[in-house]
Amino acid sequence: MTETTYMKPLPEASPDTLPFWKSLQDGKLRIQACSACGKLRHYPRQVCPYCYSMEHKWVEAKGTGTIHSWTTAHHAFHPGFKGELPYTLLTVDLAEGVRMQAQARGIAAGKLKIGLPVKVAFEIATRDLTLPVFVSA
Amino acid sequence: MSLKAKGAVTGVGDTRYSKNSGKSVTTLQMEASLAAIRDAGLDPKEIDGIIVYGNMAVVAEDFITNFGIADLRFSAVTPLGGASAVASVQCAIAAISAGICNHVLIPLGRNGSSGAGGRIGSRVREMPQFRTIGEFEMPMGAIAPAQLYAPMARRHMELYGTTSRQLAEIAVSTRHNAILNGNAMMTKPLTVEDHQASRMISDPLRLYDCSLESDGACAIVVSSAERANDMAQPRVQVLSVAEAHPDSPSAITQRPDMTRLGIAKAAPRAFEMAGVTHKDIQVAEIYDCFTYIVMCQLEDLGFCKKGEGGPFVASGAIKLGGKLPINTHGGLLSQAHMAGLNHVVELVRQLRGEAGKAQVKDAKLGLVTGYGDMGDGTVAIMARG
Ligand SMILES: [Zn+2]
Repeated sequence: MTETTYMKPLPEASPDTLPFWKSLQDGKLRIQACSACGKLRHYPRQVCPYCYSMEHKWVEAKGTGTIHSWTTAHHAFHPGFKGELPYTLLTVDLAEGVRMQAQARGIAAGKLKIGLPVKVAFEIATRDLTLPVFVSA
Repeated sequence: MSLKAKGAVTGVGDTRYSKNSGKSVTTLQMEASLAAIRDAGLDPKEIDGIIVYGNMAVVAEDFITNFGIADLRFSAVTPLGGASAVASVQCAIAAISAGICNHVLIPLGRNGSSGAGGRIGSRVREMPQFRTIGEFEMPMGAIAPAQLYAPMARRHMELYGTTSRQLAEIAVSTRHNAILNGNAMMTKPLTVEDHQASRMISDPLRLYDCSLESDGACAIVVSSAERANDMAQPRVQVLSVAEAHPDSPSAITQRPDMTRLGIAKAAPRAFEMAGVTHKDIQVAEIYDCFTYIVMCQLEDLGFCKKGEGGPFVASGAIKLGGKLPINTHGGLLSQAHMAGLNHVVELVRQLRGEAGKAQVKDAKLGLVTGYGDMGDGTVAIMARG
């Protein structure tokens, strides 16, 4: 691996969020579910905002969803992204009811619209980091 | 008890705004602060409260040392990004009303253009308010506010038919006002066509939808409404002030309604506290980090319905001479990015009748907003007299 050439910002995982990142390396998208009331939440947090339980488990999401909004970046605010301009960031409503953001892959600009079905895929970034992306479903 | 009509802005000051000040941030803030304190007719040693900006580039201790303040009784920080300036006004009036102190200095200054802190893409990564984004969105390429906010604008466009040309109207009228101001970084007229021809930054936001990076400083002094009666300037009372945080304040992505900002919660409180209605407002200084954020706030404030912001701003209503002139100083888009404290300074000057060529005739009642980070919102309604 040529990790020294990875120029983009790396996520600083905490014990609270590490399972999310580890799961991606196994090709799984997992989100938090409250152990007490069962409600799902994302991004990861410490306390269930519905019942205040601090116990949670990680459940696998289907990985399917629809576009909620998007932007196509034409300016790199970080040198690590200069080489891939323009790139499109999708905000996606996952089937489980939470949202996430990731780059689009292989979706033509003209096809972008609210409600477009997408599914998650996984791209290896470094030996220790796999990032989610979205492709057409 | 409420803060209704308890406080007043008794002094305002600013430096020249530029791309490269050649001065330290501390020097800039001292210069603007001395100007504001003199404007209020006070001796710097009479300042007994200070609220510094969230980046803590200059802290209360620096003012104690420079002014020789013997007994500073109150210091605070309001870490709400661009909503901080108006939040500081609320904090100051709360402290004064509680009897803790008499005259609170609120300084804000930066070398946002030339400074060692770097430009916006690198600055926000260091802010704790961006921690969640830093972990879950920046690695994907959503680095800077333009990229984080663009999906809000895109969704508004898709849901309501809002257009880039409508957003351009905000940039154009703001530029017009900046040229009238005389202390603005941008001095060339701008047309809708110039806006449409400017390069795309993060679709749908073009270069002229984005605010400036600026060097400079401004400052205000807040005192009790009672004391303000006997101070140097015509009294500008803060009739009401309110702060609110949006749903999902750490990540826009997770917000139930991506087109609703925190100010939607603050605005009804502010109007009720002031006891005025929307049509009473003669001038409004609306936080303008991006054109879209101005339009969305106008909706969330209630000046038009949700979804009607595009036609509202394109109608001419927001121009000088329109029914709600906004950003009469040129805002963050064309005067300077002083994180919205320059909006407070301008509202005070409008209400004193000191706004020069951009003076709104007989302006007696106005409104100023702040917008910060992922959508924190603040609003104050002020009146002369
Ligand atoms: Zn729960």
